[in-house]
Amino acid sequence: MRHRINIRRYPGFLPVTILCLVVLYAPLLVVMVYSFNDSLSITRWGGFSFRWYMDIFTGPESAKFKDAAWNSLTIALSAAVASTIIATAAAVAMVRGGAFRGKALNLALISMPIMVPEIVTAVATLVFFSAIGFTLGYLSILVAHIVFCIPFAYLPIAARLQGIDGSYEEAAQDLYASRFQAFLRVLMPLMAPGILAGFLLAFIISLDDFIITNFIKGAGIETLPTAIFGAVKQGIKPNIMALSTLMLSVSIIIVTLSYFISRYGRPGTKAEA
Amino acid sequence: MAEGNIAIDVRNAVKRFGAVTALAGASLTIRDNEFFTLLGPSGCGKTTLLRLIAGFEEITEGEILLYGEDIGALPPNRRPINTVFQHYALFPHMTVAENVAFGMRRLRWSKADIEDQTGRILDLVKLGDLAARRPAQLSGGQQQRVALARAMAPGPKVLLLDEPLSALDLKLRQAMRIELKQIQKETGITFVFVTHDQEEALTMSDRIAVMSAGEIRQVGTPREIYEAPVDRFVADFIGETNVLDVTVHRGPEGVWTCRLPGGAAFPCQTGRPPQDGAAAHVLIRPERLSLVSEAACENGMTGVIDQAVYLGTDIQYGVRLDGGPALLVRAQNAGESAEPFRPGDRVGLAIAPGAARLLID
Repeated sequence: MRHRINIRRYPGFLPVTILCLVVLYAPLLVVMVYSFNDSLSITRWGGFSFRWYMDIFTGPESAKFKDAAWNSLTIALSAAVASTIIATAAAVAMVRGGAFRGKALNLALISMPIMVPEIVTAVATLVFFSAIGFTLGYLSILVAHIVFCIPFAYLPIAARLQGIDGSYEEAAQDLYASRFQAFLRVLMPLMAPGILAGFLLAFIISLDDFIITNFIKGAGIETLPTAIFGAVKQGIKPNIMALSTLMLSVSIIIVTLSYFISRYGRPGTKAEA
Repeated sequence: MAEGNIAIDVRNAVKRFGAVTALAGASLTIRDNEFFTLLGPSGCGKTTLLRLIAGFEEITEGEILLYGEDIGALPPNRRPINTVFQHYALFPHMTVAENVAFGMRRLRWSKADIEDQTGRILDLVKLGDLAARRPAQLSGGQQQRVALARAMAPGPKVLLLDEPLSALDLKLRQAMRIELKQIQKETGITFVFVTHDQEEALTMSDRIAVMSAGEIRQVGTPREIYEAPVDRFVADFIGETNVLDVTVHRGPEGVWTCRLPGGAAFPCQTGRPPQDGAAAHVLIRPERLSLVSEAACENGMTGVIDQAVYLGTDIQYGVRLDGGPALLVRAQNAGESAEPFRPGDRVGLAIAPGAARLLID
């Protein structure tokens, strides 16, 4: 066994840890707690209640939130499906395609949306859409979301594929499967956990996106993040905290799911060496 | 099909990976119903040759014929050849039966035929009761049998086996050797078996091709390869051996005599007649030498026992000849009382008739 350094012995470990945790999670905790506050004030505690959750669904802003939530969900779902298909194809080409010209450039292009500051992508997309005369609205949001979701779907899919021994496809082809049959019947099922993880990640990235969506959504259409932003501009009401808490819960559930799915079935995917 | 039909004909096959030549012009013919082994150290090109036959690699030059038909341009799924992979490559998301049925399904066999054949082939490899298991629930030996069953099920004309026993422990490996050979005889399928294990090759094969550095050095039956190796590489690779520097001299009646630097002389066999008085190497297997008392020695090969190693069934002696090289001698273990020789003893060596073979490089 290698000797492990006990990081807890380092001077200042405890205060630094506590500081990081507080800065990261205290605001979230405050929002979550005050979403159950039975008071109009966002700073004074007036007892426990679900009234702001009721308000989201039945209050004066409920129609607006419902539309925005519907848009967010349908866009996230479609963008996740489309980007996962593209990312799967890209991963197969990149991981199984051998060496081809411009491979490094390809990888750079695929992962670009992760590196480039989002505001730059947002401005560029807006300029591009106006230049080609693409009407801003539901469809423009969807197209933009598909594009920036690809790298997030690609990473877990490619990672999974790299762990799958090439002999499975050879065995399938040796047993009279065409290349497509080998992909469909052998490689796809083995890749499935990675594909599902990529899909969930893409879904959550699309659901959460604010900056790009805000730039290119055009007038008269909102997603949940832009609707929340719009509502907050007129002053923070406790119902926003309730809405944020709901979104946070959805995100946590999906990210956790994605984590466990991508871990599932790891052993046995490689041929025993 | 008639005896002696040629199943696979490899003609001057060359495979290059970029600047690296993995196979440098290999030619061989594999007969119908034959258990044929490609034997050689790692990196000798044996696996590359197998992958060329399977269709996983494209041949750079030369051609490969299957029953007279050039298959060089066919993808693996169009060749009636199946492979048992080194690490089996069983599909982990399918049961044993689904794995075995995979090839037949792709060939669009009828459902009833697939069921029949799956049952028959699983019985053949003694896995009939494990059909519903997943590969992960099987032991290494069982996985090996599934891989064999899956490859044999569609009735290939040739079965390729890429070191299929290398992942098993010794006992299992020895049992599987006998079983594989039996299955090959029963089914009559031509087997092309790749291994680096010379013992495996000798015990199972009808014929062996010994390969080195991308070339085929010798093709022959196990006995030919072991007893009449064509060169020093084959002699060294197959079994333990003594190689001695000698000069050859023509004797009466076409008998050739080897002379050691120390003066000892003995008759030797040779395939090709050498030049009289030429320097050469002579090969003597340790088990064809025996220890005799110094006085009873007729050929002048006398020396001192360096060491004696107890090997269970045999005892191996190291003998340093007077004024000459050291040799290994292998004697059967006949019990403690029948063991007259000890390290430090002076002894003579006797060579079994025909055991000394001249190597011409």
